[in-house]
Amino acid sequence: MTNSINEIQHNDVLFIIGSNTTEAHPIIGNKMKQAARKGATLIVIDPRKTEIADFATHWLPLKSGTDAALINGLMHIIIKEDLHDKKFIEERCADFEEVAEVVEKYTPEYTSEITEIPVETLYEVARIYATTDKAGIFYTLGITEHTTGTANVMNLANLAMLTGHLGKECSGVNPLRGQNNVQGACDMAALPNYFPGYQQAYDPTVVEEYEKRWGVKLNTNPGLRIPEMLDSAADDAGIKAMIVMGEDPVLTDPDANHVKKALNNLDFLVTQNIIMSETSKYADVVLPATCYAEKDGTFTNTERRVQRVRKAVDPPGEARLDWEILCDIAKAMGAPGFDYESAEDIFNEIRECMPTYRGITYERIDKDGLQWPCPTLDHPGTKFLHEGKFPIGRGLMIPVEYEEPAELCCDEYPILLTTGRMLYHYNVMTRESDALDGLRPHELAEISPEDAKKYGLDEDSFIRVTSRRGSIVTRIKITDRLKEGLMFMTFHYKESPVNDLTNSEFDPITKTAEYKISAVNIEKVESEEEALKAMDESYLHVEIAE
Amino acid sequence: MVNLRINGIDVQASEDSTILEVANNMGIDIPTFCYSKVLTNFSGCRICVVEIKGSPRLMAACSTPVQEGMDILTESEKVVKVRKDLLELIWANHPSDCLTCEKVGTCKLQEYCYRYGVSMSPYKKNKEDYELDTSNPVMIRNQNKCILCGKCVKVCKEVQGTTAIDFIGRGIESKIATGFDLDLNKENCRFCGQCISECPTGAILNRQLMGVRPWEVKKVTTTCPFCGTGCNFDLNVKDGKVIGVTPHEDSIVNGKAMCVKGRFHIDMINSDERLKYPLIKEADGKFRRASWQEAINLIASKLSEIKEKYGGDAIAGLSSARCVNEDNFVFQKMMRVAMGTNNVDHCART
Repeated sequence: MTNSINEIQHNDVLFIIGSNTTEAHPIIGNKMKQAARKGATLIVIDPRKTEIADFATHWLPLKSGTDAALINGLMHIIIKEDLHDKKFIEERCADFEEVAEVVEKYTPEYTSEITEIPVETLYEVARIYATTDKAGIFYTLGITEHTTGTANVMNLANLAMLTGHLGKECSGVNPLRGQNNVQGACDMAALPNYFPGYQQAYDPTVVEEYEKRWGVKLNTNPGLRIPEMLDSAADDAGIKAMIVMGEDPVLTDPDANHVKKALNNLDFLVTQNIIMSETSKYADVVLPATCYAEKDGTFTNTERRVQRVRKAVDPPGEARLDWEILCDIAKAMGAPGFDYESAEDIFNEIRECMPTYRGITYERIDKDGLQWPCPTLDHPGTKFLHEGKFPIGRGLMIPVEYEEPAELCCDEYPILLTTGRMLYHYNVMTRESDALDGLRPHELAEISPEDAKKYGLDEDSFIRVTSRRGSIVTRIKITDRLKEGLMFMTFHYKESPVNDLTNSEFDPITKTAEYKISAVNIEKVESEEEALKAMDESYLHVEIAE
Repeated sequence: MVNLRINGIDVQASEDSTILEVANNMGIDIPTFCYSKVLTNFSGCRICVVEIKGSPRLMAACSTPVQEGMDILTESEKVVKVRKDLLELIWANHPSDCLTCEKVGTCKLQEYCYRYGVSMSPYKKNKEDYELDTSNPVMIRNQNKCILCGKCVKVCKEVQGTTAIDFIGRGIESKIATGFDLDLNKENCRFCGQCISECPTGAILNRQLMGVRPWEVKKVTTTCPFCGTGCNFDLNVKDGKVIGVTPHEDSIVNGKAMCVKGRFHIDMINSDERLKYPLIKEADGKFRRASWQEAINLIASKLSEIKEKYGGDAIAGLSSARCVNEDNFVFQKMMRVAMGTNNVDHCART
């Protein structure tokens, strides 16, 4: 987020696109609802009528995957009506003309045709966003989990720069990051192309610095991203072994059958986890790790705030700290520099590596966390980014053309399946909580009343859902929050593993898959017994000898 | 700024503050049932009334703004008499099961009855007995212990934004209810439990914290392991086991608020499915228990062999957005330094 979470209540306009906030980020969702109660204008853009859409002054149920066209259409109106911030563009941005040229053809009529949003609504939303000072953009995976994800994000940045809505309190571009420490994992460079703090991994001066710091010769070959690792393993193209810590790609990565093929094809797989995950079942060695309540450390949240995690209890059995296990493996392979005494010891090395974290110490964040950049011990942390200037100098405006999703519905696969999270579960681990699983023990695929009627379904029905890649069985929920032809499922349930169905067509730059759009067909499963059997057979059952 | 006096002590305060806020800042404890600093004022319970010299009526400290020259007594004879009357009226309709009540020690009704010496009520109970709402796995509502302070209604509306509950009925028939007076369910409630944190009595309880006395637990403040919001809360630990979650007052991101997952996930930590020992898969596909030394040696020799034969780029690692920064830092360092590859990634993109 360029802004902070507690600025939300003070916004006058919240432009929320592709974010089911009240379920995926409930406490941020609450703050948005509080803003609405105080009179803020909420513009909610989502094909589904989510709970936050109930609080919106404008709900735009756009056709799935047409985000780029919608944003271009809004920019077209803003430029035509002369509502853009010429001073901001002149002083701080580059290549405005290129964007203006591309959006020229996205007339309100043309945009409406693509997005299915009425022309009048486009005018209203464009005017409200452009003319309100405290207007912030909030987006989540509805923007990024498309083959055009990067383009979508750049286009939101274009919209913000065009209107000068950046570098100010209550005004910026705010991705709500999905996982507790996805920001931190990126900051720490659990990424192939960066060293800690987003230093280029293939830049010779950076490599030299780290070779000196770590006392070894480093490999400068470009690293692979997750889908490339899996492709390489599946196709015998180089990857022979994998170590997977605290992730369950068999349930959470797209096109699960391809993932399973890749894992089966490895010479050696190690997983480090707190339960026997679906991925661990494919492993040669499974290591028992500690959960957050059993370890010291830090998480970095979506507003860049580094906060303490504290050990409250001992881990079960012989389970050990993740970093201790990793150090043991590294040392057993003869690597130097893995003799840490404590989590704080590691954090101090992180501070040495990363100027943005240098001013943060365990002592300083004992009560409240600090937001990076925080370069010195007396720096108060940074509430919002990009005040006065961008780190790269001028903000580059990069024009984006609308492109259709990778997979479109057809006669054979007439229903568009979109996926996401739901309030009572979080990815796969909450299934281990009887309390939370008691609230939602199984998948309820959401379908529209029109489709329910068409396929002869009622609330107790089971259906088989089939895509070009796989086929699963699920219970359903009929709801008018979805339009005819649209269906929604979560990825929390191994009994109805939706990623058997999803499309692994990726965004070319980030390699993020189009989880939000797969073409499927559905058929009713008449026998409950048959349905339950299929659901039980949808995951591996393994034996653990005593 | 205005000048005033509370319990004989002169003080200056800004004119937009209330008597309660100024008294609290001075360390003077005025009892409250319906007041919460995160909610708008209700001023319905009247237990916070104070005497202002020259004023014929007692005033609610929570909603009366300070004024120049006020001379306030927070525990005068008149004030104490009214508070006792109020407590006796409430107590008449309250179950007297404090010995076995889950809220003992943190119940405000119990605290104030103790403070003002109210041990029985001269009034007769005239409220009907309500059935408990035990229909969900995470919380229990016991209307018999409700004192109608309305904080649950306000927090649901103002903080949570759900408005699942409100007052229904008049007079002695007043109670808190969902639409159509149904049990709490997923259609009318989000099970966030903000109401549990606000309830001054035992009317709304977190099932996970039942059977435990508040003084038996140690609280450890930490950061939530689910979404990227980064809420803080307190893990409640008893006998080396996390038994529940309570809010950490004034958390910088979330205040006292939590969602259903943050508040009720703790049985996940204690799940029987937790891995306790290293496991090695045998040729028949079954896993068997191994020692740490055996497991680490096997991993190091296998990976070294692969590295030797095919080079470090034949090894790939997935780190985790669920683990702490320190784990992630060591993971990428291990991949780069020990394995000799940049093949390290995590689920930011999947």
